[in-house]
Amino acid sequence: MEPDPPRAHHDLGGIPRYACEPVDPAPHSLTDFDKEVDALRQVLGLKGIMTVDELRRGIEAIPEADYHALGYYQRWIRSITDTLLRKGLITEAELRAALEQGA
Amino acid sequence: MIHPPGAMVRVKDDWPETSGPCHIRTPHYLRGHVGQVVRALGAFPDPEALAFARPAARRALYHVLFPQPSLWPDGRPGDEVMVEIFEHWLEPAS
Amino acid sequence: MSDLLQTDGAALLAALRPILAAKGLASPAEIEARLAETERASPARGAAIVARAWTDPPFRARLLADGTATVEALGIPMRGAPPLGVLENTATLHHLVVCTLCSCYPRAVLGYPPFWYKSAGYRARAVRDPRGLIAEWGTVLPQTTRIRVVDSTADYRWMVLPLRPEGTAGWSEAELAALVREGDMIGVTVPRVKGATDAHA
Repeated sequence: MEPDPPRAHHDLGGIPRYACEPVDPAPHSLTDFDKEVDALRQVLGLKGIMTVDELRRGIEAIPEADYHALGYYQRWIRSITDTLLRKGLITEAELRAALEQGA
Repeated sequence: MIHPPGAMVRVKDDWPETSGPCHIRTPHYLRGHVGQVVRALGAFPDPEALAFARPAARRALYHVLFPQPSLWPDGRPGDEVMVEIFEHWLEPAS
Repeated sequence: MSDLLQTDGAALLAALRPILAAKGLASPAEIEARLAETERASPARGAAIVARAWTDPPFRARLLADGTATVEALGIPMRGAPPLGVLENTATLHHLVVCTLCSCYPRAVLGYPPFWYKSAGYRARAVRDPRGLIAEWGTVLPQTTRIRVVDSTADYRWMVLPLRPEGTAGWSEAELAALVREGDMIGVTVPRVKGATDAHA
C-alpha cells in the first residue's frame, strides 16, 4: 500500500477513510443559528471585511478532531471569530466581556 | 503561460501544506497528475493570498479533465474528473 | 489561536452581535436583509431555469455559454455572487458536482447546500466512486454513459442541466419545472416521470 499523501485534513477527495460511509440523503432544515451565521458571513464578504478564502483558511485551521466533530456552521462562526480577531477588527477583551455578559 | 484547450498539463507535485500555514485550492489527489485543458475560465484573485488578506494577483483559471483510472487504482475507464486549477499549479506536459 | 474560539458557536454569535453592530461591521438589519435574500433562492429557482432551457433552445444556448448573465437576465441577483457555469448532461455524458475542499455550491440558483452535499462522505466519495455514491439515491446510469465528476474547487459555481426525461413531449414549462429536483441539478439523481418506466433499464 502506498502511504497516504501528506494532505490537509479538510482535503477529502477520494480518501479511503470514507469509502464505505453511506451518505444521508434526507433533507435537514437549517436552524436559525445556521442561517444567521450564513448571512453574517455574506455581510462581512459584501462589505469587504473578510473574503470567502479567509473563511476557508480559518475553517482549515481548526484542528482535525474539532473539524470533524463540529457542525458546519459551528466551524464557520469559529472561523469568522478567528479572522476578526486576527485582523484586529475585534479584540479578545471585547469578546471576553461580551461572552461574560451573555453567560 | 497560456494553455489552449486540448493542451496536456501536469499539476505540480507540490505540498505546501507540509511547510506551514497555507490555503490552496488544488486538491491533493491531483498533484503530479496529467490532465487535458478543457477551457480557460478567466482570471481571479489568487485565493492563496486572499486567504491571508494579502494583495492578490489575478491568476488564470482552467478547467482541466482527468481520466478516473489515472487518479485511482479502482477508477472506471471512461469516467472523468474535471477540476478548476489555477495557472501557477500547472506546467506543460507532453 | 485564542482559547475563546473553543466557545460554543451560539455563544460566540451572541457575543459578536453587539460588537459588530457597535463597530458598524455588521448590523442586525444588514444580516436580516441578507438572510431574506438568501431564502429567496431555492431549488425551485433552478428548476424553472432547467424547464426554460428544455423548451427554449436559444435560451439553452445562452445559458450554457454564459450562465451568470443568462440567469441575471431572468432577475436572479448575481452581483457579488461567484460566476455560474452550467453543465449539460447528454445521453452519453452525466455530470456530478462536488466540492472536495469545502462546500462550494451554486447557491444563487439552488439556495443553501443540502446537508449531504457538505458531508465528509459525499466529499470523499464523489470523485472516486461516483457510481456507487449516486446508487444511494437509486440512480443507476447506463454503462454507456460517461460520468464526469466536477470538483468545484475555485471561483465558479456549477449547476447541472439534466437530460429532459422521455414521456414529457408537449409538457408546459411549469409542468416540467415541477419534475426537477435539487439532486437533479447536482447530478445525484436524474428527473423521472412518475410511473414511467426507466428508459435505460
